[in-house]
Amino acid sequence: MSKIVRTVANQLILFVVIFGLYVIIQGHVTPGGGFQGGAIIASGAVLLIVASGSQEIKTWLRERRLSVVESSGALLFILLAFAGIGTVFFFNFLVGSRLFGGIPSVGPNPGDVWTGGVIPLMNLGVGLKVMAGLSAVVLALALFSGGEELEE
Amino acid sequence: MSTLIAHSSILIIAVTLATAFLTPLVGIASKRARNTLIVLALAFVAFLVVALARDVMLNQIHVYTLGAAAPDLTIPGGAIVPVRIILEVDGLSAFMGIVIAIVSLVAVIYSMSALKTETGQNGFYTLLLLMAAGMFGMVFTGDLFNLFVFLEITSISGAALIAFRTKFADSQEGGFKYIVVSAVASLMILFAIGLLYSQYNLLNIGALAATMEYTMLDRIALVILMSAFVMKLGGVPLHMWLSDTYSVAPASIPALLIVASQASLYALLRTSFTLYGVTLDQSVAGWIIIIVGLLSMFVGVTMAILQTDITRLIAYNCVCESGFMLVGLGVGLAVLADPGALDAFGTMAMNGAVFHMINHALFEGLLFLVAGAIFYRIGTRDLNQMCGLGHTMKLTSVLFLLGALASAGIPPFNGFASKILIYESVYQFNPILTMIGILVSILTLAVFMKVFFSAFTGASLPRYRDVREVPRPMVAAMIVLAAGIIFFGLFPGLVLDWIVQPATDALVNQGAYIDAIMGAVP
Repeated sequence: MSKIVRTVANQLILFVVIFGLYVIIQGHVTPGGGFQGGAIIASGAVLLIVASGSQEIKTWLRERRLSVVESSGALLFILLAFAGIGTVFFFNFLVGSRLFGGIPSVGPNPGDVWTGGVIPLMNLGVGLKVMAGLSAVVLALALFSGGEELEE
Repeated sequence: MSTLIAHSSILIIAVTLATAFLTPLVGIASKRARNTLIVLALAFVAFLVVALARDVMLNQIHVYTLGAAAPDLTIPGGAIVPVRIILEVDGLSAFMGIVIAIVSLVAVIYSMSALKTETGQNGFYTLLLLMAAGMFGMVFTGDLFNLFVFLEITSISGAALIAFRTKFADSQEGGFKYIVVSAVASLMILFAIGLLYSQYNLLNIGALAATMEYTMLDRIALVILMSAFVMKLGGVPLHMWLSDTYSVAPASIPALLIVASQASLYALLRTSFTLYGVTLDQSVAGWIIIIVGLLSMFVGVTMAILQTDITRLIAYNCVCESGFMLVGLGVGLAVLADPGALDAFGTMAMNGAVFHMINHALFEGLLFLVAGAIFYRIGTRDLNQMCGLGHTMKLTSVLFLLGALASAGIPPFNGFASKILIYESVYQFNPILTMIGILVSILTLAVFMKVFFSAFTGASLPRYRDVREVPRPMVAAMIVLAAGIIFFGLFPGLVLDWIVQPATDALVNQGAYIDAIMGAVP
């Protein structure tokens, strides 16, 4: 693509990532969540691939790195679930604590982010996984359509 | 220990799942560490399954409510129906858990050396563990929607595993077929769950069973659920995908796919016995299952005779063997409302069928592993290309013979033990079914004798002179299954008393399943 497109895309990616992170971290109080936010960030990867071409992107967006992030996201989710096993698996042990511990009032409330216990953290895990997974899929599609193989 | 057992039903799923995602991370660092981790994790899971099964069969149904203040708090204060994700393990679930644990451990050990030279192993083991976690979830869940989710996990990872050897065009085609069939089946299941949910606002199997009214919509949901599960299980007339997918997967995967299709059979049983149970029109539903079973038996074996591709042949034999299970269970379902007949032969028929499930997983798994061993050494699945392999692959040929005889129901192997139960009990229900069953068994023997004589006996060809026995881990995996076949064949009474009878009792006893969730309300 032309230089104009590339420059704009490079500036825009910051906002895409911020919006994606916002959707992930606000997932428990507003519409959205881990999957949606991760998909938004992955759409940023699409933007970069379209603007700069898959050849240039692949020099820094590696399949292996994405795979590590993806697995870490899933592990974060499972570890958080395991952390509650003192009571029951998936037990929300953070409610009432200082981190994300608030309990929102019943009825209309301002939608405080610091509520929900482990749920925002689990959203983060899902978000990481979806972001890395979808980006890897998009990258693979872009590379395969150019007749290339993924690195092993 | 008691804490471990109390949490074991979720730990079995969660440990498998966590290992699946640890695998790629550890695999980057070291292959050896990754392999050790997977084997240790699966061995731990197998230990948990056995401990859980022992507890379930001796004491009571296990209920586990995720995220609640206590594991057995299914209905929180203030609610009148169960909420949250609930796992419910009764005798049948525990039985299926044992089958899955054995086969996935064997499949992993076999793959360690069978795939040594292939690329993308990290992905392979991740998918394999995901598939195992999906199957454990399918049999342990007490919730219809979770059943659907775990079925999807199993199908998607299964499809990717079938297409693992991307260099072969037929592998990709097989994977594609599997994902299409699975997608159709799971959409049908989702639709049926929607029909039930729209009426009762419930997803929990026990709670649904307690309020089931058997309206017209329920009947439609039942038909959709049953046909979708028969499709996933590969019963005739929905068997066409099975031979195309089983035959092209890497050697250890068909053994797992068999267990996956048995998990679908489990879901079929859960639907018909537990979800609908007493409200169902049993004799009609039973006869439908019997007819599907008869067709599977007959079509499976006649198609197997024609095949020249060894894995396709075994795949058709799988269709045939699942027919036996369907007939046994169909007879059990048909007489469910009649206590006299149930005592006389119904329980025995279901015992035979449930026993046949674990036997089927063992001998069919062994046959697929042997076929994989042959492919590993000579690189072809075509029977016309094989000759005299028994000269150099002595152990493999003996193991094949063992699996083949067990499949044909020859004593003293395990196939005989379960088939004789089915024959004897089904004879009292309808003699013609037994006659067809024996005829099919004889044809099965003919099918496998054809394979044995064309592949293992005969002159040793010059081009196969260098063929040797497969590496030790592969042999070890096959011997584990073979040992199971002989043990189950020699001591069927032991197996029946310990794991099969509790599974059948759980199947018949719908009330206990409901009470475990809803609490024994007066």
